[in-house]
Amino acid sequence: MESEFLATMILTFKLAAITTMILLVIAIPLAAFLVFGKMRFKSILETIVSMPLVLPPSVLGFYLLVAFSPSSFIGKFLTDHGIRLAFSFEGLVVGSVIFSLPFMVHPIQSALSQVPKSIFEAAYTLGKSKLQTMIHVILPSIRHGLISGIVLAFAHTVGEFGVILMIGGNIPGETRVASIAIYDEVESLNYALAHQYALTLFAVTFAILLLVYTLNKKSLGDIR
Amino acid sequence: MILINIKKHLDTAEGSFEAHFKLEVNTSEFLTLFGPSGAGKTTLMRMIAGLETPDSGVIEVDDEIWFDSARNINLTPQKRSIGFVFQDYALFPTMSVRKNLLFATENDEQRQNVDELIEIIELTALAHRLPSTLSGGQKQRVALARALVRRPKILLLDEPLSALDPTMRQKLQNELLLIHKKLDVTTLLVSHDIAETVKLSDRIAAVEKGKIVRLCPPMEFFSSKTLSGKLQLIGEVLKIEEDFPVAVVTLLVASTIVRAVISTDQASLLNIGSHAIISSKAFNPIVMPIQ
Repeated sequence: MESEFLATMILTFKLAAITTMILLVIAIPLAAFLVFGKMRFKSILETIVSMPLVLPPSVLGFYLLVAFSPSSFIGKFLTDHGIRLAFSFEGLVVGSVIFSLPFMVHPIQSALSQVPKSIFEAAYTLGKSKLQTMIHVILPSIRHGLISGIVLAFAHTVGEFGVILMIGGNIPGETRVASIAIYDEVESLNYALAHQYALTLFAVTFAILLLVYTLNKKSLGDIR
Repeated sequence: MILINIKKHLDTAEGSFEAHFKLEVNTSEFLTLFGPSGAGKTTLMRMIAGLETPDSGVIEVDDEIWFDSARNINLTPQKRSIGFVFQDYALFPTMSVRKNLLFATENDEQRQNVDELIEIIELTALAHRLPSTLSGGQKQRVALARALVRRPKILLLDEPLSALDPTMRQKLQNELLLIHKKLDVTTLLVSHDIAETVKLSDRIAAVEKGKIVRLCPPMEFFSSKTLSGKLQLIGEVLKIEEDFPVAVVTLLVASTIVRAVISTDQASLLNIGSHAIISSKAFNPIVMPIQ
């Protein structure tokens, strides 16, 4: 029982860590595009990014499940290439990335939009390219936004339930994450174990948030 | 030598108009763009820097074409040899004073200049501090030094002193003059402040509605007709007390309050807040040493 508990917790945090890393890579260019991009249909893209905030997780999970099933176009394409997303860990990662996208994009987007235009222009007049400016000037100065995004996306993925239940099911060691395990244990009237999961999640997320906000406050104090 | 002949359609709070700037700036000249807000002064500076694109025309700096709409040439700001000082300083918040300057460098020679520049702006003791811990005047000096690190051909100053208190303003004006002399860099300044303009510039360009309407040395600029006075000061009218048949007018000349008695007719031509010339004949003033 103890080893299963450990395996579930490791799986939960592994999923959250991988999702967060992928999101960080996607979200920085995406947020930059939403703030600075000049495109007529930008608001449509913005809406799509924000949809997971308001959409019931079961709706998203249902459509992902349909998309992943071998009978669908996407699912068939993936199966032909030997990728199985439904009821697999990889599927959970894809689902989590989509579902947690706004939690990573929004803080970065709002931090970017607060950087004065003249900061960019000053770097350009000093001969620095857009990429150099982004890496050396902009990213360090929006680090509080990056940290918020990382924390929110991580915590949100750890706590995710609906999407995972729909597309991942409850396969121990593969798709059985903590939030699913709690539900499962409660259904089996196994309150003690449910407690163990719940309390661990509670303690770990509290500790992460506390640590990050303390650090963030400190680093913000340095800049302001 | 900088040759500018550019057109751009401008939309400002004062309405939209076709701006046409035609201007020649001599090498190592200090030229001030003077005029009401919304006249297009900042836009002109930004077009020279490459931060905005003119609709048509040519910008040529020392025989190098920076912009030519006919030949489809438009150098990016990165490729133009400029130093730009922004109104809000635009210092990089996560870098120390020294790192702000170092970030601008691109070779060892420039890196060696950094410490000298920090010394010129008298910030050696604060070189490790973050911009957020500096005062407005200190921030402005860092921005100025940073703009000079690459030894640009043109230094563009967009109302750099407007946010500072009068004392700091004067101090920085002096420093600006000193740096301009020392580094011999062609400088363009946008300013609303008459005293500042007179003090700093070799020539003043009056900008109105996207056109340069006058271009001449400062003293000529503000005295529309040549006065025979030997002493001429320009000040801001603070107070007019009419006491028929005379009026006592109080002016602020630099940071000194000056009172003068004039006729009520003359007084009616003055407005509080406007600028006036106060002049005197050679035999009139009494000069005494300060005790």
